[in-house]
Amino acid sequence: MRRIISILMENEPGALSRIVGLFSQRGYNIDTLTVAPTDDETLSRLTLTTRGDDRKIEQITKQLNKLIEVAKLVDLSEGAHVERELMLVKLKASGVQRAEIKRTVDIFRGQIIDVTPALYTVQLVGDSAKLDAFVDSIGGASVVEVVRSGVSGIGRGDKVLAL
Amino acid sequence: MELLSGADMLIRSLEAEGVEQIFGYPGGSVLHIYDALYRHKTVEHFLVRHEQAAAHMADGYARATGKVGVVLATSGPGATNTITGIATAYMDSIPMVILSGQVPGHLVGEDAFQETDMLGVSRPVVKHSFAVKCASEIPETIKKAFYIASTGRKGPVLIDLPKNVTNPADLFEYTKPEKVVMRSYNPVSRGHAGQIKKAVDEIMRAKRPIIYSGGGVVQGNSSDLLVQLVEKLGCPITCTLMGLGAYPGDAKQSVGMLGMHGTYEANMAMHNADVIIAIGARFDDRVTNNPAKFCTEATIIHIDIDPASISKTITADIPIVGSVQQVLGDMLGQLGRTKDSVDAEALEAWWARIEEWRGKQCLSYDVPVGEKMKPQQVVETLWKVTNGDAYVTSDVGQHQMFTAQYYKFKRPRQWINSGGLGTMGFGLPAAMGVQVACPDKTVVCVTGEGSIQMNIQELSTCLQYRLPVKIININNQALGMVKQWQDMQYDKRHSHSYMESLPDFVKLVEAYGHVGMRVDDFADLEAAMEECFALKDRLVFMDIYVDPNEHVYPMSIAGESMKDMILSKTERT
Ligand SMILES: Cc1ncc(C[n+]2csc(CCOP(=O)(O)OP(=O)(O)O)c2C)c(N)n1
Ligand SMILES: [Mg+2]
Repeated sequence: MRRIISILMENEPGALSRIVGLFSQRGYNIDTLTVAPTDDETLSRLTLTTRGDDRKIEQITKQLNKLIEVAKLVDLSEGAHVERELMLVKLKASGVQRAEIKRTVDIFRGQIIDVTPALYTVQLVGDSAKLDAFVDSIGGASVVEVVRSGVSGIGRGDKVLAL
Repeated sequence: MELLSGADMLIRSLEAEGVEQIFGYPGGSVLHIYDALYRHKTVEHFLVRHEQAAAHMADGYARATGKVGVVLATSGPGATNTITGIATAYMDSIPMVILSGQVPGHLVGEDAFQETDMLGVSRPVVKHSFAVKCASEIPETIKKAFYIASTGRKGPVLIDLPKNVTNPADLFEYTKPEKVVMRSYNPVSRGHAGQIKKAVDEIMRAKRPIIYSGGGVVQGNSSDLLVQLVEKLGCPITCTLMGLGAYPGDAKQSVGMLGMHGTYEANMAMHNADVIIAIGARFDDRVTNNPAKFCTEATIIHIDIDPASISKTITADIPIVGSVQQVLGDMLGQLGRTKDSVDAEALEAWWARIEEWRGKQCLSYDVPVGEKMKPQQVVETLWKVTNGDAYVTSDVGQHQMFTAQYYKFKRPRQWINSGGLGTMGFGLPAAMGVQVACPDKTVVCVTGEGSIQMNIQELSTCLQYRLPVKIININNQALGMVKQWQDMQYDKRHSHSYMESLPDFVKLVEAYGHVGMRVDDFADLEAAMEECFALKDRLVFMDIYVDPNEHVYPMSIAGESMKDMILSKTERT
């Protein structure tokens, strides 16, 4: 099962490599990874998605928790949460296609952020499934370049991951 | 206010941690530190002949004392040479601090002479690591490193020290940090009272209980509590390879070691138990054999300081995360107050079955007349001659297993071996570290002619510091453990497990300035050993030729359950 693990960690050199190293060392997979400092510059927030059964995910979270720089972590997929991913995508858009692509972008509430006579650059935000769906509806032949940020997530309601 | 250089701060910080001895080898990037060692004279330094040995010495020192072992190595090859030693300590949760030199900060990343990314290389085998960027960080970094190494589940911590931060010309204000604050590291967790209560209730209902005790009891200084618990419950106890000595091996309730080369009675008792009380043990694959077939009848209570060890391979029914010391203390408290008592009748029946298993005498072996001495005889004689009282280190192989099986350890920290990583070459330097820590004690290294050659150069260090370690070389003229597997699984095709051109060890150790003895006949063994141990202030190397074809038994049958064992060359369960 796909899981979103969100980590609050010390913003120190080496911390990220320890997390990534742990995954490769123990044979776990990272599907996506994003990391940036929080409002408190001494802390970073890292979100990663991985796959595994309950037992494996429990081991992953326990092993992550053992890392000295990891302050707190939560498996967001265990409860209600919001997840978002940003995608920038360059699409072939000439001739009759141009209008059709514009319509699809609108349907997915994307924005065209750059244009050339032959191309549109589109920005799209949503959960990963929505981004996948967009690429599918456009059709592979029109897609020139895809850049995805990886998943960010936050718990719904009162749930907070903070020190 | 005191102004000090980074190198001076380093020594002062080590002093502040109570460090008296360190193990290392100099080189360009740590010369400022070596100069400070020379000037301060407060910290005694032992110069090894290979940095791997420095790490094993620090490790042996730590295992014997419970204190943090300290290693100092230069950048590049010096540091990478310590890796096997660090990994060995990591696998067995041994507290250690490694100070590794680094090229000056402005050269880092430029492939400078003797530059290695030591933080990167060591990452998978350390509990934590630090890169010092400025000398003023040294006191706090050292304090944190010692704190992390010696708390929670212990382990090695590496500090990377670029040469410029120890420069004697750059002075900084030195204040001794009083305590460490680390918001994201809180190692002390108390075992949950409710869980402990649940465990006690379960134990009171047990009909066939067994205690399975591991290295955590030794590292957690809790063997006295373990002894009380065993007494209170009247149940059998088995110790892992790492846990031997936490409970006296010759006491009645001890059924010996469990696992791959564990006793028949220990493995049978585990397999048939209805409640297993695992204490500071981690259900390692060398213990459980096939996890799917592991003790399917039993309710498992698992006490461990490391939450990640719980339910990693075998699901615990009653997990208790906490220090063994605290949890056992609380457990004994609850047991003292409870009105329930153990089911005496059931326990008696349980012991009757165990006695039956014991009756098999799985550790007996044949000694055909006129044939070569058996390795088991060597260990039994060693036990006798040393009164079962020596510190014993071992290398890795058959000799290690024979020592674990036949030397009945009485005390925790008496038995020192590389259990997790299985590092050949560990034995001699580890024994040297123990001897440094305990100068007046008898320290023995049981080794094989394969393993000893992996760090034989340390005989020179032993002479320099007059370390009177006694080396018992169980010489079977083969990489015995490898050969055993080849006998059993590869139809006796002995691919590269035979050591040709063995040196004349007696001459070799004499060349290093020590005493060598060779023994071929069992008839001469005891007298020779008496002579060896009478030479209190000399290193003696006993080269003892034994039967090259002996196997270690019992041996679990791979992929099966704990009850499935090969008992001898002709018998299986
Ligand atoms: C550094 C290292 N290399 C290889 C091994 C694999 N290995 C395990 S036991 C063994 C043979 C050890 O031979 P020896 O020291 O003579 O001991 P014996 O088994 O003969 O008693 C080997 C090669 C190991 N454990 N460590
Ligand atoms: Mg051998």
